[in-house]
Amino acid sequence: MNRIEGRVKVTGLATYAAEYPVEGVTYAYPVQSLVAKGRIARVDDREALAMPGVLAVLSSERPPELAPEAEGELALFQSREVAYRGQIVAAVVADTYENARAAAAAVRVEYQPQAHDVHLSAEHPGLYRPKTVNPGFPSDTGHGDVEAGLAAAATTIEVTYTTPVLHNNPMEPHASLAYWDDLGRLMVYDTSQGASSGRDIIARTFGLPPDAVRVVARHVGGGFGCKGTTRPQAVLAAMAARETGRPVKIALTRHQMYDVTGYRTPTIQRLRLGADADGRLTALEHVAYEQSSTVEEFAEQTAVPARVMYGTPALHTAHRLVRLDVATPSWMRAPGECPGMYALESAMDELAYAAGLDPIELRVLNDPETEPDSGLPFSSRDLVGCLREGARRFDWERRDPEPGVRRDGEWLIGTGVAACTYPARRMPSKAVVAAQNGEFLVQIAAADIGTGARTVLTKIAAEALGVDPARVHVEIGDSDLPDAFLAGGSMGTASWGSAVFRACEDFQRDGKEGHADTAEEIARDAEMARHAFGAQFAEARVNAVTGEVRVSRLLGVFAAGHIMDATLARSQFIGGMTMGLGMALMEETYTDEEFGGFLRRDLAQYHIPANADVPGIEAVWLEEEDEGLNPMGSKGIGEIGIVGTAAAIGNAVFHATGHRVRDLPITPAKILMPRF
Amino acid sequence: MRQFEYVRAASPADAVRRFAPGTMYLGGGTNLVDLMRLGVAEPGRLVDVSRLPLDTIEPDGDRLRIGAAVRNSDLAAHPLLRLRYPMLARAVLTGASGQVRNMATIGGNLLQRTRCGYFQDVTRPCNKRQPGTGCPAIEGDHANHAILGASDSCVATHPSDMAVALAALGAEVHVTGPGGDRVIPMPGLHRLPGDTPERDTVLEPGDLITAVELPAPPPGPSAYRKVRERASFAFALVSIAAVLDLRDGVVGDCRIALGGVAHVPWRAERAEEALIGGPATGEAFLAAAEAELEAARPLPRNAFKVPLARNLIVRTLEELAS
Amino acid sequence: MNITLQVNGATRAVDVDPRMSLLDLLRERLALIGPKKGCDHGQCGACTVLIDGRRANSCLALAVAMDGSEIVTVEGLADGDALHPLQAAFIEHDAFQCGYCTPGQLCSAAGMLGEPGPSAVTDDLRADPDLTPAEIRERMSGNLCRCGAYPNIVSAIAEVTP
Repeated sequence: MNRIEGRVKVTGLATYAAEYPVEGVTYAYPVQSLVAKGRIARVDDREALAMPGVLAVLSSERPPELAPEAEGELALFQSREVAYRGQIVAAVVADTYENARAAAAAVRVEYQPQAHDVHLSAEHPGLYRPKTVNPGFPSDTGHGDVEAGLAAAATTIEVTYTTPVLHNNPMEPHASLAYWDDLGRLMVYDTSQGASSGRDIIARTFGLPPDAVRVVARHVGGGFGCKGTTRPQAVLAAMAARETGRPVKIALTRHQMYDVTGYRTPTIQRLRLGADADGRLTALEHVAYEQSSTVEEFAEQTAVPARVMYGTPALHTAHRLVRLDVATPSWMRAPGECPGMYALESAMDELAYAAGLDPIELRVLNDPETEPDSGLPFSSRDLVGCLREGARRFDWERRDPEPGVRRDGEWLIGTGVAACTYPARRMPSKAVVAAQNGEFLVQIAAADIGTGARTVLTKIAAEALGVDPARVHVEIGDSDLPDAFLAGGSMGTASWGSAVFRACEDFQRDGKEGHADTAEEIARDAEMARHAFGAQFAEARVNAVTGEVRVSRLLGVFAAGHIMDATLARSQFIGGMTMGLGMALMEETYTDEEFGGFLRRDLAQYHIPANADVPGIEAVWLEEEDEGLNPMGSKGIGEIGIVGTAAAIGNAVFHATGHRVRDLPITPAKILMPRF
Repeated sequence: MRQFEYVRAASPADAVRRFAPGTMYLGGGTNLVDLMRLGVAEPGRLVDVSRLPLDTIEPDGDRLRIGAAVRNSDLAAHPLLRLRYPMLARAVLTGASGQVRNMATIGGNLLQRTRCGYFQDVTRPCNKRQPGTGCPAIEGDHANHAILGASDSCVATHPSDMAVALAALGAEVHVTGPGGDRVIPMPGLHRLPGDTPERDTVLEPGDLITAVELPAPPPGPSAYRKVRERASFAFALVSIAAVLDLRDGVVGDCRIALGGVAHVPWRAERAEEALIGGPATGEAFLAAAEAELEAARPLPRNAFKVPLARNLIVRTLEELAS
Repeated sequence: MNITLQVNGATRAVDVDPRMSLLDLLRERLALIGPKKGCDHGQCGACTVLIDGRRANSCLALAVAMDGSEIVTVEGLADGDALHPLQAAFIEHDAFQCGYCTPGQLCSAAGMLGEPGPSAVTDDLRADPDLTPAEIRERMSGNLCRCGAYPNIVSAIAEVTP
């Protein structure tokens, strides 16, 4: 079964947020702060207001009213304080895009600037321990005595890994189109990973009851986390529509996205590992240093995967955060697991070399019986199976561990492995199923951001109803449909699928209509460690002349419960792995210490992988039967693909060259310079 | 974007006649429209020269004349170029993307502006964009900036691949303008920043490139190689265009030009001088590369370009010599 | 300024602001939402259309400069209800996820298949190379896909390659 929306997507008819035909639409264009910290003294909009087509200028000069509950990055124009360079400080509404953009350049904002601090360091005096890390884990955990474990170890390593600011960069820039209808109801076409949660956030921001807001997001041009929470452009569109009485469209530019739609915090990660003579861990410590803004606290859970991965008598994980004059970081594909497993799995490779062990055997040896941090049983865990299957496919048995000895002309060749993991959770959702003339209509406010949600929910419903999928019609992407969890945390299919499955069960009772609300069922879920696992293998070619790194082969082997659609699953896995390849070799946003804000805010400077970068990529899986998850027996697969990829590539680069780069991305500069 | 007047030129002379202060010529638009949207370029008038009858590629004896409005993709696909100037064809093919090459003209390629992040951001200082405001790249983001010929005012690089090959070939740039017609031999079109980085080239206001003329192909094998961390669709970290002619194991003619290292396509004259008349050995190539790069003044984050350029010179010459 | 152009076979006469890009003309004035705005600077390829038969970034083309041109967008690829072979192959090979880069990928592929000559990865520039997967990857690298559908895009195009 091909993607249900395939035809509209290949014919150009799929409608994304900025593309709904609305009569009399106008255009908003934001004005961004030029200082990284300070106070707005004055906004002079006289010149802008006199320009052709301009309808309004919004700013803190005359703050448009929002509810007291409006918070953080969404409390537009409510304060005169500037928290970071690039923050939205005003906006112009005009009859055309060209006029709005030209007038935005004519808005004069006077600042009283203050000294800013945008530099993350592990010695920053402002570092503190956050109460919790995303989405609610304790900041620090541990058991046993790490110092004693290290002292007793036969082999120890102590290493620091760093990752840069990374940006989600979905292909569709954030856009919203809003209007208030004759009855005062707010309609927002938004680029959103969750219509229900988006509606709630917008309603709260404007002090409206939730049913006075409707959010529609039928097609979403990628998100990877940065459309998981409502972004300022949605509030701005609604606010501007109220001020002007006209429908307002706003599509952020690619440059603006870098400033106001979230990013992955840079990380500094310190790891200490000890192993006994057999290779069994005696201690594991993982401490992550990260940033957030002065607007909101967001603490990425970077050290959390170390609580899941390996058995050790002594474990310590911790997060330290500093609030800088920067934009607020947020979710980017596999927050926590992605950067954390890069460092942990690179450190495991270093430990394997230091201990003279095969990196796969080291991981197998330390595979735990129960979840190390919590002691909970795993619902299922087949990391070992993934490592073994990958080893077979990658011909690992014949691998010579000696680094820097394989050469093909100018190219040094190496292979590397890394484990990956991602939680398998689900959240309450509602669904409705109805029948008419032998056709079945399934309704749920789910989101398809490219995952294939429509398609997989159709399959789930068809199977539960015992009917041909062609007779099932799934309606999603609208907050007027039954409430659903957002597309995030790899929880979409598990959450929505549970609701759809139960609604179909309910439907079978009378064959007319079925309803489900999974809140109670999920509240009764037994306490258990639920995670997907996998192993990533990479073959890297490093050019000895130029320092260029190319990944000639990437293999992911995953154990993620029951895979419901092989085609969609493979696309999700390889998509995540491709993003991981970008993280390994090229992705980096530059923090401008002199002026604040970010540099390289476009796709010519912030490189994401191009087609030519991905010559050989495969994803396979081991089917698992896991009764402890949900009616489908599935684990989420949207994020695990990016976890571990960068470590596998970094480990392959070490195997190729004998040189360990501990600072992403692994660019020609970092390959070439240690030699001089 | 500031409002402007758009006119289509009927002929090169008409284009020059329509030139007034604040006017810019529009070729394929792949850089100019980009810069206008960023507010970096704010022409009051655009004179569209993309449809002028300057779109032919014509052999002239053993020379080749390329009209300034020829699209990059048409140049690279032309049989004569592929046969006689493969180094240039490859340089063009490594630039940008298929779509951009279909739009971009030869004249525009030569006149494209640096991709320095500060230059492209009107909210930050830049001596090239706003003389006298400073060069934050020197202390800031300069990972892909110049190591040769830079100044305290500007450390930007010229982004073109094609221009590097043209510099090695010694191509001639034909220009018409208010001051009449003239011919500028490459690499003389572009200039080092000095204390006037706002000027990329030696062209005067109103000058219009009408053609690029290639001399007879130099003897010996040639190569163009481009280094970048993304495998395609990226500007060069460093690139090289090189021609090496050996006579009985001795270097006869030798042309080396580097991209990504300077404000201009950098003709490595010191390396060429060191090589001509000498042996074609690895030691000689290394000595020549080091002679050229002795003048390099890298910054902390672009220092890798020195060993990269050295390795590229040595390796490329070794390949050509074999 | 008044301009006239052919769009997907129909003559369209429009009065445009000189600052308007061809992309915005198509999307905001002519209700053709197929061409996408991904970067507005020629760095992603989502806006790719065919201009006078050649693939081009419509975000970098000023609408006024297109007077007299013939434009084909993704909406113009299919023949009525019959999908273009590339469109059908993209569906069969799952060559997209979010779909936002897809119209640009399709127009780019359609243009690419008609482009003569070598690419940057062709060894012998004198020969007209076969469209191997490596050639397709290089020639399609002007179209970024953040979902990472590249291998499927390549196999879809390979299926249609003559």
